[in-house]
Amino acid sequence: MKVQLKVWRQKNRNTSGKFVTYESPDLNPNMSFLEMLDVVNESLASRSEEPIAFDHDCREGICGTCSLVINGKPHGPHKGVATCQTYMRSFKDGDQIVVEPFRAKAFPLVKDLVVDRKAFDRIQQKGGFISVRTGSAPDANSIPVPKENSDLAMDAAQCIGCGACVAACKNASAMLFVSAKVSHLGLLPQGQPERFRRVKAMVDQMDEEGFGACTVTGSCEAVCPKSISLDFIARMNRDYLVALAKGESKKPAAGGV
Amino acid sequence: MILLLKIWQSSLGKKYIMALSGGAMLLFVLGHMAGNLQFFLAPTYINAYGHFLQTTPEILWTSRIGLLVMVGLHIAAAISLTISNRAARPIGYSGGLSAQGSTLAARTMIWSGLIVASFIVYHLLHYTLTLPQVNGYQVFAGEAMDFDGLVEPKTGYHDIFAMIVLGFKIPVVSGFYLLSVGLLSIHLGHGVASMFQSLGLRSYAWWPRIAALARVLSVVIFVGYASIPVSVLLGRGSDYVNEVRTSGKPAHVSPTSHSPSK
Repeated sequence: MKVQLKVWRQKNRNTSGKFVTYESPDLNPNMSFLEMLDVVNESLASRSEEPIAFDHDCREGICGTCSLVINGKPHGPHKGVATCQTYMRSFKDGDQIVVEPFRAKAFPLVKDLVVDRKAFDRIQQKGGFISVRTGSAPDANSIPVPKENSDLAMDAAQCIGCGACVAACKNASAMLFVSAKVSHLGLLPQGQPERFRRVKAMVDQMDEEGFGACTVTGSCEAVCPKSISLDFIARMNRDYLVALAKGESKKPAAGGV
Repeated sequence: MILLLKIWQSSLGKKYIMALSGGAMLLFVLGHMAGNLQFFLAPTYINAYGHFLQTTPEILWTSRIGLLVMVGLHIAAAISLTISNRAARPIGYSGGLSAQGSTLAARTMIWSGLIVASFIVYHLLHYTLTLPQVNGYQVFAGEAMDFDGLVEPKTGYHDIFAMIVLGFKIPVVSGFYLLSVGLLSIHLGHGVASMFQSLGLRSYAWWPRIAALARVLSVVIFVGYASIPVSVLLGRGSDYVNEVRTSGKPAHVSPTSHSPSK
């Protein structure tokens, strides 16, 4: 099969970009979308043209590095998969496929289809962790966790931080990402001591990065490669409200550091 | 004070303001609808209700000022959020953003809201301040009409019933009303559910019920409000209005001249 690619090309942040159309070489329908781009890049390189820059790493749907808005939808036409697990058999021979980078002020473009998602790292660094050593794996059931909480925590922990929620949201809001990161620790006993400090710090950093707010459209949930639920945003809203009501924590007494 | 400032500065905080002010206005919308539906009883009921409100400033002005504050907060937060939401994506997608699981109602909240807000301004000029210039009689019926002159023959109260009938007799006025009530119900179909979401009052178990509540409320509100102009256009109250307009004019008792019996 062959497809026509209409790809966003932009040398760097300071130059203006434009769409360029390429005819793909002959493709195997069972190639992943990223393998297709590899093949196209090989043919570009053999013609001494600049290959298309795109993000990729594990190619098995767990690292969150691949991005791309394919025909107007982050991660391509399917539900619950990332670009790396989107296959060319999902397109028809001769299709034109429009490929764009994720668009958000907080995700500045680096080159072509590559955007800088360090805003997510900075949000994580504000509280997406617990500050104590948890040691090696404890004996089973030494810390009781209700089954429904551990299930929900695992659902939230599936977030791979790819940023598709931001790309799909009409407000470029990062709520789904932040809520998943807040919830997966907030649901577990180990995450309780810092639960409210965490949500406050992460939401405040999210606002600082310039992401939009939530209009509850549900687009993020629809495109999330891990199908993370809007329920987590409600949970984050609830925790943040409690955090605001609690106020700042007490300053350490004199002599304390 | 610092807490209020923090709420305002946070994107989540502004959503709390949207949700709480929206919730207060929803209560008003339901109460106002219940009051209006007295239109389907005999004229004396809604006229007595109107007289009661007019002569009870504690209730009238408390709710007016409260509502004004809620409307102000809701609109201010909405505009502020919309500006920062737009700024969050300076460069858009080539083919626009596809719907992706979102409803039209969800994507156009600011527009349905602003149109309803402009309708409310008109609605207040029309029925609360009763400006003769805006009731459409001069333009569409070729005669002047002053709702203030409508007086219930038996009691001398301001005749709300006749005012409603005469107001909605002008099809353009009824049409704008129906359009706005339609937009309001679309706005609330998304807004009521989002209110629970924004305040965090949602879980896997409750979401289907909250979504159903929002849909039911939006239909009830549309039917409740739309029934009044539709029934007027179908002829309700025409005979009564003729009676009032012939008998009420010479007496011309202003409702305020009746000292409230307290």
